[in-house]
Amino acid sequence: MADKQPSACVPCQGKGLCGGKGLLTLKDGAWTNNPLSIQVLGICSALAVTNKLENSLVMGGALIFVCVGSNLFVSLLRKWTPHRIRMIAEVAIIATFVILFDQFLKAFYWDMSKQLGPYVGLIITNCIIMGRAEAFALQNPPVLSIVDGAANGLGYAVVLAIIGFFRELLGSGEVLGHRLLDGDWYTPNQLMILAPGAFFALGVVIAIFNIFRKPDAQEKKE
Amino acid sequence: MNDTSAFIIVIAAILTNNILLTNFLGMCSFIACSGQIRTALGLGTAVTFVMTMTTMLNYVILHFVLIPLGLEHLKFIIFIAVIAGFVQFVEMFVERFSPKLYFALGIFLPLITVNCAILGASLFMEIRKYTFAQSVGFGFGAGVGWAVAIILMAGLRQKMRYSNVPEPFQGVPIAMIVTCVLAMAFMGFAGMVSIQ
Repeated sequence: MADKQPSACVPCQGKGLCGGKGLLTLKDGAWTNNPLSIQVLGICSALAVTNKLENSLVMGGALIFVCVGSNLFVSLLRKWTPHRIRMIAEVAIIATFVILFDQFLKAFYWDMSKQLGPYVGLIITNCIIMGRAEAFALQNPPVLSIVDGAANGLGYAVVLAIIGFFRELLGSGEVLGHRLLDGDWYTPNQLMILAPGAFFALGVVIAIFNIFRKPDAQEKKE
Repeated sequence: MNDTSAFIIVIAAILTNNILLTNFLGMCSFIACSGQIRTALGLGTAVTFVMTMTTMLNYVILHFVLIPLGLEHLKFIIFIAVIAGFVQFVEMFVERFSPKLYFALGIFLPLITVNCAILGASLFMEIRKYTFAQSVGFGFGAGVGWAVAIILMAGLRQKMRYSNVPEPFQGVPIAMIVTCVLAMAFMGFAGMVSIQ
């Protein structure tokens, strides 16, 4: 395995350590340009599946998988894809990975597949994946694209997990089935599990991220 | 198979099961295009039209092509292809026969392909096992519901321009909080009719 390591870096040879640029890509995707909290992409599924932490984690995993897979293949095929039909090619690649994940869930985690319902299929129209394919994978070599896909997926998954954690905690007093807030002094606020709670939680999370990134928040002003 | 009448489904899809406020679909364009009432109106009309038609088309394809051939697992890719193809077709058609309408709706049409509400409507149609009439009703109702929500939001955002919003909340976060209040208001309809 040890001597396999350098070969993974071949596409970015001559540009210093693969880790250097890779790490930058990783940081950019997961924090500086976090797809969910900074760019506000793909919020549909972020709102819909975060009523429980478990669902959020599965959705985050799904997004990492699809994003890495589609970025890899879009990047591999980037030299052979005619510019005019690139969109449909990207959608086809993304849909393939979504189908793979959907079939996997149906085969091994039927209950989870039931709970997520149409939102697994809706990963296809999640703008993050399309955005990454379009903005990054089309111009960059496969290895770097994988890193970018993983970073963006991870950034998304983390924010999803944060929202899911608080919504489940405040909404039912439980996290992953463990009761954390005792019923004696805390009455679960059902609203956090329902639709309005989702909007509220996401709004507050984005606002908190804005506080930490003051200069950019200025530009976003309407 | 449920036997709710198509009319009830239309009402329910608009008010109690609003695709945007209870199912969170189509949020991206909802946030991006709710700045002005005019834009919201145009986008809402385009979405209603495309959603009704694609739900219908996808119903036909699902039940007469995919299920007989045992290819249901390909539904995602087929649905999205139908939607993209249909939007392209409508764009060409409208451009050719009604340039006026094209200028009103034109810019919104490409946006619709990636609007998750459209694909979502087709997926709900499949999961809830609607009949043909119910599917058409649901597609139409969901479209109108989405349009109502985005137009309401546009109105609110126009007013909001003059209010003093705390700095970190400016832009998207406050839009989310307002949507939260909007969703709560729509929950008031919840007891009226229901579709599962």
